[in-house]
Amino acid sequence: MIVLTALGVATMSIGTVFLALAGLGLRRMPDTYTRIQAGTKATTLGTILALVGAALIMPEWTVKLALIALFLMFTNPLSSQVLARAAHRAGVPATRETRTDALAEDKEGLA
Amino acid sequence: MTDTLLFPGCIAMLAFALGFWRFVVGPRPVDRIVAFDGLTVIAVTGLVLAALVSGRGIYLDVALVYALLSFLGVIVAARYIEGGDQ
Amino acid sequence: MSTLMLGLGLVIALAMVGAAVVALVTRSTVTAVLAAGLVSLFASVFFVVLAAPDVAMTEAAIGSGLTTFLFFFVMGRIRREGEK
Repeated sequence: MIVLTALGVATMSIGTVFLALAGLGLRRMPDTYTRIQAGTKATTLGTILALVGAALIMPEWTVKLALIALFLMFTNPLSSQVLARAAHRAGVPATRETRTDALAEDKEGLA
Repeated sequence: MTDTLLFPGCIAMLAFALGFWRFVVGPRPVDRIVAFDGLTVIAVTGLVLAALVSGRGIYLDVALVYALLSFLGVIVAARYIEGGDQ
Repeated sequence: MSTLMLGLGLVIALAMVGAAVVALVTRSTVTAVLAAGLVSLFASVFFVVLAAPDVAMTEAAIGSGLTTFLFFFVMGRIRREGEK
């Protein structure tokens, strides 16, 4: 039991470190698209690791925690994609290091 | 157990402060929506931490409702920024 | 109330004040609506810290979800009516 709790606290610590890296990316990244990358992908990994750690600490809450994790896995990539498309259509410029813009070359409007 | 959870709590608060910085200074509304999304996901972790510390399972329901509604807000705001019809 | 809950409550309260100030001083309507929604979301976390989960659920549903949705819906309708 104590081993499981220690493992859970360690997993939660790793997850919150990923959350802190996501916050650092939100603060330091140069343009909107890279900030979307940092703000949705890294937070998804960090939150799911934290939920796994909480399930290790409290095994009787596993169903609810798995429901939250499943929900985050469905919604977070969706909001990332919708945000990136909205930023592109609103004409937000990318950083100067960007080489290719495949969505601008997409003439038929397939995406 | 409360003392062992102090380290993840402090790191989550650091992440929260960094994301909120982006919300305050973000030059465009899109940047603020991105910061909003990140902040709500970090706050879900904060709610799970609060549930563990206080030992009450009903706080997880609040986390579930919170995740659902913040997602709805982000989608609606992005559709408005996009400028198309609903 | 443990140390972690106290720290969480303090951070959330400071963030609520900051979001309210952002909603006051900004020139953009989208940012103001988002900041008002953020105040409601932080208020629901704060209610959890104060051990009132049902109040927190209501605050998250009404304050954040319904208000933000309604504001953006009506703003989109107004913009479309203006274009005609």
